[in-house]
Amino acid sequence: MQALVIVAHGSHLNPDASTPTYEHADTVRAAGVFDEVRTAFWKEEPSFREVLRTIESEEVYVVPLFISEGYFTEQVIPRELRLDDWDVAEWDSDGTSATHTTLAAGDVEKTVHYCGPVGTHDAMSDVIVRRAETVTDDPDVGPGFGLAVVGHGTERNENSAKAIEYHAERIGEMGRFDEVKALFMDEDPEIDDVTDFFESDDIVVVPLFVADGYHTQEDIPEDMGLTDDYRTGWETPAEVDGHRIWYAGAVGTEALTADVIIERAADAGADVGNAIEEIRRRTRVAGADGASVGD
Amino acid sequence: MPTARAWGTDVNDTQLDALVAAADEGVDCDGLQVAESEAGYTFALPEETHEGLDESELRERATENPWFVSNWHYWNERDRPEAETAYLRWLEGADERSVPERYDALADGGIEASWGELAIEIGLGDDGDRTYTLCHEDDADADTAALDVHTDPLEARELVKHDDRGRYRPLKTAPTLPTGWAFLDLDGRALARTVDIVYPATVANWHLEQQGDLDISNWRETMERQTGIYGVVETWDRGEGHEHVDWVAEACCADSQCLKRREWEYDDDTEITVDGGDGAFPCREPCSLVIAAARQWTKLEGEQSKTYEFELTPSEKEQIEDIIDAVADGEADDIREADVYEGANRYRTRFLRAKRFDEEGRLCGVPTDDEES
Ligand code: SF4
Repeated sequence: MQALVIVAHGSHLNPDASTPTYEHADTVRAAGVFDEVRTAFWKEEPSFREVLRTIESEEVYVVPLFISEGYFTEQVIPRELRLDDWDVAEWDSDGTSATHTTLAAGDVEKTVHYCGPVGTHDAMSDVIVRRAETVTDDPDVGPGFGLAVVGHGTERNENSAKAIEYHAERIGEMGRFDEVKALFMDEDPEIDDVTDFFESDDIVVVPLFVADGYHTQEDIPEDMGLTDDYRTGWETPAEVDGHRIWYAGAVGTEALTADVIIERAADAGADVGNAIEEIRRRTRVAGADGASVGD
Repeated sequence: MPTARAWGTDVNDTQLDALVAAADEGVDCDGLQVAESEAGYTFALPEETHEGLDESELRERATENPWFVSNWHYWNERDRPEAETAYLRWLEGADERSVPERYDALADGGIEASWGELAIEIGLGDDGDRTYTLCHEDDADADTAALDVHTDPLEARELVKHDDRGRYRPLKTAPTLPTGWAFLDLDGRALARTVDIVYPATVANWHLEQQGDLDISNWRETMERQTGIYGVVETWDRGEGHEHVDWVAEACCADSQCLKRREWEYDDDTEITVDGGDGAFPCREPCSLVIAAARQWTKLEGEQSKTYEFELTPSEKEQIEDIIDAVADGEADDIREADVYEGANRYRTRFLRAKRFDEEGRLCGVPTDDEES
């Protein structure tokens, strides 16, 4: 038997923090390739400490629903899961290239395949593009549009900026959007000046965050000038300095994120059949279901 | 005693075939024993033993005792993890009550069990199977038509997110489980899954405890493990004594706040002096809420006490105590608008503030820090 465990941050204060995690778990579950699909949280229950003991499968694929490699993926999660032989060198990563490593857990007799975070997988670039399609309600969005991928800066974690730049570069290479830029909340190039960085009239802004919360729903919209007060909401698109800003909200809420989760597990050796194609098809914009338009 | 047949329990062919197949390895379950030897089959119940049977005689005996056979089948021939089997058996008191006693109870209104604030009712399904119903204990006697009915365990995730007042429940085992819903017609697997969503990992930890294998992590080792912004909590233990951890346990882990039975202590040699609670399921280490609160207390408790002088009437002093009690016990919202006899009543409290606070919100105008004066 094989199990998938999605590990995420969760929140003591925000009831919606777990929602994307649950939704992606449901999408993966519906694909039917794992005998068990579970979620665990740093701030909610089951905790990282206790999730493995609730699982029956001997093979467990643990996928962190985090944006970048860093404190959580390198220290907190392995420690709390009791992956005693964990050593960050096992990932042999340059900051965005971790794939997986196979370890034993100290409290259960299981093989744990510990995967790199969702946010740094190549397929996350596709999710960012899909998010742009969703917010513009246009499956072919690209020509005439600029795309900003947004994250924290290096202040808290150097790798978080690397992940943003990595995806911006990859999407740039696709040649689909007229311009693609990486912007940050607390360093240059700063999100506050978003319109300075683009020629295009239309700019899609996709924050590389797992869940909507304070940063994506309060800070960023106000910083960009979409609204003076986040509580009054904003238009999509919103006019700012003669540009139209299509603000997408956290990329992690996009249904296609479930695909990245499965890809992580597949890269680590999970047998996922044709689930990847299946999820790509089912979560497509203007598809039968799963696609929500705008926020 | 009514016959099994009268209660609709039949042995079906699957159960019979499984029993015959299992005989050569031997069957021993809740009083039913079946064995195979060169002398033929043996079929034994607590008060009768039949030896030297051929297969058709074995089938005949089994068919006459559908409760014992279906009971064996339910507990042994299902693909179910050990913890789940132990839990489901515990719920129906399988180790204390005989098969006929249990089947009588199952058929006659069902067996009631409880887990935290959950009421679990076990009824008899087809062919001696079980069906489980789950709801809040306050709804146990409610007409299910009045409840919001579910059958998919995953729906419990959203159901238990907020309490009846609409407040987010960050601690799943807080005694604030909302009412008004029920899961009907669950099989054993679905019941265990639903319980695991309402109270995550409680069954697994209960089972480990039953086997004497619960891996408790005491306060000290848990705090020493913390890093990042929580690394500071460890420093709280550097002073004299460990009374501060007793206060944490009293504040957070009492049964009025959390239904888990706290089993962790200060360290291997030092027990926490406050009661750990009587819950059915154990708490094996300080949870993330306790750690987050402890971080704040570590900061606050770094301050030294100092002497302030406040002028209060005796009733005002008691009123402040009433207000603290009401907030600490979560009763402030329940005090009625016009109940001015309660110290924590809103009008009473506003009056106290109007009289005793200065324009800067300082009690009796006393500055907090010396330099403010
Ligand atoms: S640490 Fe205390 S509050 Fe937290 S789960 Fe355990 S008993 Fe409950």
